[in-house]
Formats: sequence, structure tokens, C-alpha cells
Amino acid sequence: MTPRVVMTEDDLRRAVVRIAHEIVEEARGADDLAVVGIQTRGVALGRRIAALIEGFESTQVPFGSLDISLYRDDLGLRGVKPTLHRTDLPRSITDTRVVLVDDVLYTGRTVRAALDALIDFGRPQRIMLAVLVDRGHRELPIRADFVGRNIPTRRDEVVRVRLRETDGRDEVVLGTREELR
Amino acid sequence: MTVQYVTHPDLARSVTASPNQPAPDTGGIAAPAARRDAPPRWHHRHVLDLDDFSRDEIELVLETTDEMREVLARDIPRVPALRGTTVATLFYEASTRTRASFELAGKVLGADVINLSASGSSVEKGESLIDTVRTLQAMGVQVIVMRHPRSGAPYLAAAHCQAAVVNGGDGWHAHPSQALLDLYTIRRRYGTLAGLRVAIVGDIAHSRVARSNIWGLTTMGAEVVLCGPPTLLPSGIGPRISTAREEVAFPHVTIEHDLERALRGADVVMALRLQKERMQSGLLPGLREYARRYQITAERLALAQPDALVMHPGPMNEGVEIAPEVAHGGQSRIEEQVTNGVAVRMALLFLVARGG
Repeated sequence: MTPRVVMTEDDLRRAVVRIAHEIVEEARGADDLAVVGIQTRGVALGRRIAALIEGFESTQVPFGSLDISLYRDDLGLRGVKPTLHRTDLPRSITDTRVVLVDDVLYTGRTVRAALDALIDFGRPQRIMLAVLVDRGHRELPIRADFVGRNIPTRRDEVVRVRLRETDGRDEVVLGTREELR
Repeated sequence: MTVQYVTHPDLARSVTASPNQPAPDTGGIAAPAARRDAPPRWHHRHVLDLDDFSRDEIELVLETTDEMREVLARDIPRVPALRGTTVATLFYEASTRTRASFELAGKVLGADVINLSASGSSVEKGESLIDTVRTLQAMGVQVIVMRHPRSGAPYLAAAHCQAAVVNGGDGWHAHPSQALLDLYTIRRRYGTLAGLRVAIVGDIAHSRVARSNIWGLTTMGAEVVLCGPPTLLPSGIGPRISTAREEVAFPHVTIEHDLERALRGADVVMALRLQKERMQSGLLPGLREYARRYQITAERLALAQPDALVMHPGPMNEGVEIAPEVAHGGQSRIEEQVTNGVAVRMALLFLVARGG
């Protein structure tokens, strides 16, 4: 099997726009709303979502980035590089409604670490989770509030999200680890 | 300067091992490509000196330090990155800031930190260094931060235990965490180290801070000027007094006996602590004589670049190697050095404990 494109540029754009609409609908507006992207592709996606919501609601949506490296439970295991990225949250997240954004939801461990990290910065009124792709295989009781696309996968497969900001183009590809190396 | 990985036998293992091992499922299966595919940037099991650090590794420490500063700036500066890791500080020599900042660094990262010193431990009963570090290892200590009056002691410890050894200063030899915090403090001000002129003034011969700084600064592309009384300058360094071979080894280090010439045009002026015992051993006629010729005064500082940074590794003898109005003046970064020291040591602990 060769890697196949499971979301094209257009699919990805529509999914992000829909997620942004769903967030506004669910949150009934954008008051006290903040978007926080998980480094690194969640940041790019989060920025797009925040910009879209600002367009729909004609208001400012605080945006922040979160690096969860210091909260991972698999640090020090082979292959995890201790390269830290910027954490830069809106001044206060206490009493705000935070939409956490990541590219792929898989085991749930990244989101678990992100929740721990976020809560160290304050006490949000509510935390929601938006992901571009939910590929299943959860190891923790975590679910997303907003999903771009559910993609059934095998564990030995890899979902590779490519974004303009980080990879030069928008697409989601599914393949084996070797194929996508 | 060549990168000397040879002193780290574990390097070969870690580099050859990683490409063959499939990366574990980290949950972030769509994690950034850099995290998945880039070669490991960290090659050290121990941090003993900066002589075997490449530019990229120093850069990694400085970048990691940036993120550690963010953690320190939080309302509750505590993250669980080193939860379950035990760090021991083992100090055979007095220290305030190095020990306190390593301890704080470990605690901010969630590690368990135990502090041992030579007095009050089995060292007083004659326990050898090797036995002490093996005892710590047997208790499950994973990182040993060590200071010792003998040059090279941390290398001995590193050779005889599985724990990671971080040199907190050994004799006249090396003080890598101090040099890294100096590099970080300079880089924060100038954005880079390349092309800067750094004057280090004082007792160079007995200074582990100067030695590690020379390695670090020259690796990062800075020019180093060493200045002090001839009796306190090391032999065998710098083109003026070195053999032809050493000239090649240290093309960016010069020795200058005249303080005013050393300071002229400097971007950074680093004063070193003058130790009183140098007087007893006859290397210096007296403190007043030293201060008259080598003290960093406001007048002399004016010869450097207008906004040159003033640094000192501490503890200071105000009125000897540095004038009080300079130590506490607008160009002084001495307090910031201490603050950055915690963040740099967090980065080092994080990288030795988790970078392998």
C-alpha cells in the first residue's frame, strides 16, 4: 500500500472552517473564549481557527501556544527528542473558555499532558478539545469536542498532517511508518 | 576547533542505536517531523566541561534555557518533567549560588533533590570519592551534581558510576554551568555570541570559570581577551606566548597585560574573583596594588563599548576586582547572571536526565 491522501487541501480547509463554526455555536459566541494550540501543528491550526472565529464574530480571540514536552509521561524513552518549543499563553486563562487545538488525536496522552500543563496556568471555566483528525486507539478516557474527520487506522499506520505553515502545503496522508519516513 | 566526542564512549552507542530502533508511539504520532526524524542534538551523558560541546549542543542548551525561563516566570513555577528522578548535589567545596540554583532547578522540574557535603558525611570518615558516588548510585540517584577542589574529580566519578555527572566546578579546571549561564546572559543581550569581544579580567590562571568560558565563547564564535597580572595568567594560551601549535588551537584568544588595551572596544567585561590566598603564595604584592592596576572602574569601563555588559561569576570582592558603582551600575548583569543560572541548570538537568 502506498501512502494515500485522506484529506486534500480543500477537505482540510472545509474541516477547519466547520470546526470554527461549531465552536462558536457550541460556545454561543466568542466571549471569554481563548484558543490554545499544542506545539507545533496545533499552533498553526489554532491560529487559523482563532482568525476564523474573529471573522465570524467580529471580536478579538486571544491565542496562545503550548509546549507539553515538560509534561509528557514518555520523556526519556527512545526517540523522544527533548527539544522544547515556545509556551506563550494569553495573560490569564482563569475563568475563560479554552479551546485546545491539536492536529491528531490518537492515544490521548498528548491531550492529557496538555490538560495538566494548561491547569498549571490557571483555572479555565471550561476546556474544549478540537482536533483535525481522530484516528482512534485511545489509551485514556479522553474525547474531542470538535473533530475535522474520523479516520479509522491500524496501530502500525501513521497519520501525517501537513500544513502550509510548517510543511509548505495542506494535506493529510495515511501510510505505514516506512512509507512516510 | 574540532568537536571532541571521543571522551564520551556512550556517544557511539547512542548514535548507532537510535536509527535502528523504531521510535515508540509517543501518542503524538503526527508529531512534528523535526521531533521524529532529526538526528539527536544531545550527545552527553555527563556535563564535565564545554571542551567537548559542539556549537549545536551549546545552542540546544541556550534554547532550552529560554523555555525554562518561561517556566520560572509562572505564578507556580513547577513542572513534572523530572518527576521520579533523583538528583544529588555532592559538594566538597563551599558554594552558595551553584548549589542553591541546582537544587532549585531540580525542584522546579519536579525531581527529588538530596544535598550532601563533605562535612557531616562519610567523607569525614575517609570514604573515597568513588565509594561515595557508588553509594549514591545504589540509592537510585540518577544525576550527581558535583563540586570538588581537585581538578578532574568529576571525571573520576563519571568513570566509576552509571549516574550522570554534572560538574559544578572542579579545582582550577572547569565550571561548565557557570560558563553556559554567562553565554546565555550575553546572548540575551546581543542575540548572538559570534563576533563579540569579551574581556575576562583577573586571576585567569586559577579560574575554572575563565577556562570553561574560553571553550564556550570561542566555540560560539566570540573573541576572548584575557587580562591580568603576568603571575596570574596561564602559560600556553594565546598567540603571544604560545607555541605555533597552540596558536592554531586558540586563534580567537589573546592575552593582554595592559587593562586599558584589553577593555578598548569590548562588548562584555567579565571580572573574576581575586582570591586572598594568592597574596600568601607570593603571586601578588597586595590587594591595593592589584586594585590600582586591574580593578574595573567606571573610568576604565568607559573604554569599552558604550553599552558593554559587566559580568562577574560571584562572590564579588567589591573594591578589589570591581568597583562598587560598576558592580551595581546600569551596565551590570551580575544579578541577571544569578537568575539565568537557575534556568540554565534546569536545562542541563533536563537534558542529561531526559536527552539520552
